[in-house]
Amino acid sequence: MLIAVSLAILVTMWLALARALMGPTVYDRIAAINMFGTKTVLLIAVLAFLSGRTDLLDIALVYALINFVGVVAVLRLVEYGDFHSSGEDSTKPVKVDQG
Amino acid sequence: MIIDILSWICLLSGGLLGVVGGIGIHRFSDFYSRQHAVGITDTLCAMLILLGLGLQAGMSLAAFKLALIFIFLFLTSPTASHALANAAMHGGLKPKLDSVTSEDKS
Repeated sequence: MLIAVSLAILVTMWLALARALMGPTVYDRIAAINMFGTKTVLLIAVLAFLSGRTDLLDIALVYALINFVGVVAVLRLVEYGDFHSSGEDSTKPVKVDQG
Repeated sequence: MIIDILSWICLLSGGLLGVVGGIGIHRFSDFYSRQHAVGITDTLCAMLILLGLGLQAGMSLAAFKLALIFIFLFLTSPTASHALANAAMHGGLKPKLDSVTSEDKS
């Protein structure tokens, strides 16, 4: 049963990765990568129970933290063009191809 | 026994929702409607799988760690979705509206 759940999570990760590679806009890619990261956390948690080594849950927790911080950092990079602007003075958005 | 069955139901429905969301991000046509499919897998699928694993674990340290992951995902994944949609709107990505709706508005 745990194997079936981990296979379902793997299929979802493949689909999210395909959307991240295909995605027409940059925001589609970021959304797909965010989903991929959440699925990675779940996959690590399921694998921890599958192998009986529940210490792996620490890694899942750290991965959840890194995923959130990474997505917010990439969004800031896409939105303002750098990591250090305050947000008020650089209101000009980055040009996005909407193809 | 009953707890086992409940946990399998939670785990399997979580996996099913994950695959449904994965199909959804390929079949929806627009970024903002794709966010709906991403939202399904980020919240309900993750919650159900973590709940099922927690029922398997019983009262132990593993259940506490699962609860920590649960709380963290519960707080951060809606925040990330909101930040993403906000950044897309700020970046000038327009939602694809129905033609009838746009005629009604104009």
